[in-house]
Amino acid sequence: MSALELNNLSKSFGGLHVISDVSFKVMEGERRLILGPNGAGKTTLFNLIAGDLAPSFGTISLAGEDVSALPTNRRAARGIGRTFQILTLFSGETVIRNVVLASLGRTSRRWKPFGSLDADEEFRASAMEILRTVMLDYIADKCVSETSYGERRRLEIAMALAQQPRLLLLDEPLAGLSKEERKGVEGLLNALPRSLTVIMIEHDMDVALGFADRIALLQNGKLLVDGSRDEVIADPRTKEAYLAE
Amino acid sequence: MKTVGIIFITAIACILPFLLPGNFYLGIATQILVYGLFAVSVNTLAGYGGMVSLGHAGFLGIAAYAYAVTSGTYGFSPWIAVGAALLIGTAAAAVFGLIALRTSGLSFLMITLALGQIVWGVAFRYTDLTNGDNGISLGRASVISADPLTLYYVCLAVLALVMVLLAAFIRSPLGAAIKGVRDQPRRMSTLGYNTWAIRYVAYLVSGFVATVSGILYVQIFQFISPHALSLTVSSEAVLMVIAGGIGTLFGPLLGAGVVVLLKNVASAYTDRWPTLLGCIFLFIIIAMPEGLLPGSKRILAGMIGSFRKGAAPSASLQPTSRAR
Repeated sequence: MSALELNNLSKSFGGLHVISDVSFKVMEGERRLILGPNGAGKTTLFNLIAGDLAPSFGTISLAGEDVSALPTNRRAARGIGRTFQILTLFSGETVIRNVVLASLGRTSRRWKPFGSLDADEEFRASAMEILRTVMLDYIADKCVSETSYGERRRLEIAMALAQQPRLLLLDEPLAGLSKEERKGVEGLLNALPRSLTVIMIEHDMDVALGFADRIALLQNGKLLVDGSRDEVIADPRTKEAYLAE
Repeated sequence: MKTVGIIFITAIACILPFLLPGNFYLGIATQILVYGLFAVSVNTLAGYGGMVSLGHAGFLGIAAYAYAVTSGTYGFSPWIAVGAALLIGTAAAAVFGLIALRTSGLSFLMITLALGQIVWGVAFRYTDLTNGDNGISLGRASVISADPLTLYYVCLAVLALVMVLLAAFIRSPLGAAIKGVRDQPRRMSTLGYNTWAIRYVAYLVSGFVATVSGILYVQIFQFISPHALSLTVSSEAVLMVIAGGIGTLFGPLLGAGVVVLLKNVASAYTDRWPTLLGCIFLFIIIAMPEGLLPGSKRILAGMIGSFRKGAAPSASLQPTSRAR
């Protein structure tokens, strides 16, 4: 069964066609890489899938359900989690509070007007478990503004995982990281459960190609090549449009 | 340390009437409590919700008029008037929130200004109900108490109760969500939060607190006129919040203290008290851009740090990046 299906998806800003007639399927548990040069429309595609942007044309189906008209928060409730290319963390809060806030988003307890957020042992324990997964448990009570860039990148992933998503969208999770930090995040990505469907935008080919089952190559908002990793790498259009860069 | 400070200030507030020289100063102290509560309502929206309103005096005024009409004009008991004012003020916040929250940022500021001016216009022109520019005066029987000392303690008790509830609310998951939507609305949507609904809750809570302050306002002045709903009153509340420390629990109370004292005490000595208020506000913005309360904490911490190091106490007047 497909976890995500895009049908003739298009997005225009006035006369500028950012995404044009993109259609592809992502199967459950698949690792899908979105490739393309700068300005190809990769992040716009993520924004359309997550619900930050409404499509000009076409549909988005999540596990068979058309979610094209749903707002972002309701798509999140249906299992879409994402990270951002530009970090969007609560920098004045502690690391664990960021994760607790992310966990709360999927429960009705987010509407609770009394009782301290920090006193919820169940949420704190589950947040610690996630922080252990991303190797940030040692700075759980540190303020985010006092953490390193690499730690913040991992916290981005931790927050998305705290949502317990069915489909995880990773927007350049290795951007700006040192070689050592990249290794850590790569290990984290490879350890993600196979039940989770992952779509990733990434320019680090060493990590990205090792991670992907299938690849979709975008150019000027259009789907240029779609296929298995080996098929796409072998395709001359890939070399011409992207790998030659 | 914080708890000790709160207990100390509460104790001072409790014995203050016996330290003041007369009813004039007791009246000013009571005004500080009422305007402080009003500033707290503006801070709930602006400081925690990130939405600055220039029409909040509308809620204060609606509640005060609702009380005055129910109790004064129609002669119902003060307690029924309190219930009616709470209901009408909060209902107004519920309706205005639906309109104002269609926008954000500068547009939100302008739409709240417009809503506030509409309420002011109605109070000014609907003379059959509001008595227009002459306002409504209440007799001693129409208020909960006309005794200045009783009124002071009633206002203090209400303020203390609201502050305790608000402190718990801000620490709660919903309070954390309100601050989250202020800081990272896009992230919050992605995490499954309905950002519009969360902003609406913040607006309702803020409107409710402003309503309570309106009920207290009409108790202490025993009079309500369109001036109470004016843009000046809304702007002063924003000034109190910024001066005291936006997004802090007690900062707005400090800001209210500064503004009310200047208005009442300085105006007795000079007609140019607004100039003095402007100069003080400028000083606060330059020396403590984060507000009086966080700014004083920073300077005090700097002095203590210098003292501990054995150096001469010299606090920096520049805020830290985090304080900004």
